[in-house]
Amino acid sequence: MRQHEFLELADRYLTGQMSPQEREEFELLCNQDEQLNSLYVSHVDFIETMRRHEARAEFKNQLSETVKEQASEAIIIRMWKKLKINAVAAAAVAVFSSLATLYATGYFSTLRRANSDYSALKREINNVKRNVNAHQNAIKNINKENTTAQAPLQYGATGFMLTKDGYVVTNFHVVSGADSIHLQNNKGNTFKASIIYVDSEKDLAILHISDSSFTAQSANIPYTFKRQNIDLGEGIYTIGYPRDEAVYGEGYLSSSTGYSGDTTAYQISVPVNPGNSGGPVLDKSGNIIGIISGKQKGLDGAAFAIKTKALIETLNRIPEESLKGNIVLNNKNSLSNLPRTEQIKKLQDYIYMVKVY
Amino acid sequence: MSKIRQILPKTREDKELLDGLRQGDNSVISYIYKTCYPSVSHLITGNKGTEDEAKDIFQEAVMVLYDKVTHENFELSSKLSTFLYAVCRRLWLKQLNKRQNSMGTSDSEGMEIADVESDIQIHIEKENEFAKMDSAMNQLGEPCQTILRDFYIKNKSMNEICEKFGYTNADNAKTQKYKCLQRLKKLFFDQKSDYQ
Repeated sequence: MRQHEFLELADRYLTGQMSPQEREEFELLCNQDEQLNSLYVSHVDFIETMRRHEARAEFKNQLSETVKEQASEAIIIRMWKKLKINAVAAAAVAVFSSLATLYATGYFSTLRRANSDYSALKREINNVKRNVNAHQNAIKNINKENTTAQAPLQYGATGFMLTKDGYVVTNFHVVSGADSIHLQNNKGNTFKASIIYVDSEKDLAILHISDSSFTAQSANIPYTFKRQNIDLGEGIYTIGYPRDEAVYGEGYLSSSTGYSGDTTAYQISVPVNPGNSGGPVLDKSGNIIGIISGKQKGLDGAAFAIKTKALIETLNRIPEESLKGNIVLNNKNSLSNLPRTEQIKKLQDYIYMVKVY
Repeated sequence: MSKIRQILPKTREDKELLDGLRQGDNSVISYIYKTCYPSVSHLITGNKGTEDEAKDIFQEAVMVLYDKVTHENFELSSKLSTFLYAVCRRLWLKQLNKRQNSMGTSDSEGMEIADVESDIQIHIEKENEFAKMDSAMNQLGEPCQTILRDFYIKNKSMNEICEKFGYTNADNAKTQKYKCLQRLKKLFFDQKSDYQ
């Protein structure tokens, strides 16, 4: 049989065009003839190779089509990938520099009270004089190498006695950064005091008179400390040292919370000025209800006083070892039945001007 | 639940993907591209390559996979994405070496590198065979190419072919087909000896 005819048969066999009888004959033919059989096998093999080749070409085509299609997807993504590092670096530099600037300008240290319109009420006693002197010195010594030391800045504020044996309370902002603290009573006597404890959160400082010339008063302090919140509109008064003389101020409780909703303070409507800081706030029967701490700038009659409750909490937090004898608060009020002027007379002995150097 | 399934991008099983590849399923190809290409692109662009080179390498890697899938005793020992990544890495290293730029690549960490050398070898053989068949087909010229394609691949009947090419009867067409096949075989096998 010729090769041509045999392959024709094979093709028909492979494409399934043969009848069952023909198929049997063809198979028989292959089985009998070794040569024809190997021809058949190689033919099938070759056809198979061709088919695979075709399928592979098709696949390759499809693949490159797919890749091409997807290619346009990503110009922005590609740019982002390239610029990502730069962007991150730029952002990091921006964040860092802004934080550094804020830090350098002291933003963080004054964050609590600053950018605010809250002003602490300590009095800068020799501020103007000091500045003028400094200018004059600078002008005088403009050609000299060494400049003379300036007189230290001096602050004044108010404080009042907690116990008869020399514990005094004032504001933390008054004594922070102090070299030395002196208390001056209304008779003009001055005593040196040391800081026992400060609570910067509540803006409170507990002092103790450490001067040997101070003798514990025989009489108990006349006022008591009222821990309960008092009602809005209740009449209150204060005595403080906005100047070198004691100054009386009177008003009412205007809100039960302090600056920006601070629940440890009251808002009071009492004329207060720098130097009133640390002054006692008393109700009409002579109970201490708070301690003046500051006022709101640009707002008339909005002063703030730290509640007595916060003071008691602070006192309770003082560690035992830093105390020189227990703080026992007076609980007998000897002012309640007196008229206001008499109350003030009695009070004055227990209210000090705090001088800070 | 069924709605969620529709919305979520379908994650497909490797087995399903391989079957799709074997049949040349277009959606499978683009799925593989979407899931596997980014890491490959990252690898190559991060190692002195361009985006276009990354695409070429990726295509070749998919072809390696295809050849592996269509090979008789097929077995994928690792995950499909891992396999593709490993192949791409190997191919790219080779290309870098060709440029005499034999520096190590920095991988994305945590990718297990499968041993792909033998798979690449199979691919190269197939590629050779493919090239031979391709050039044999091209040398064959028309109308032989189309006759053989129509008959053996598209499974058209002799009568159709006869009509298409205007042969007077089916026997003529059959003779023509036989001659074409013989010529193709000759071209193909002659080349083979050339290569060897």
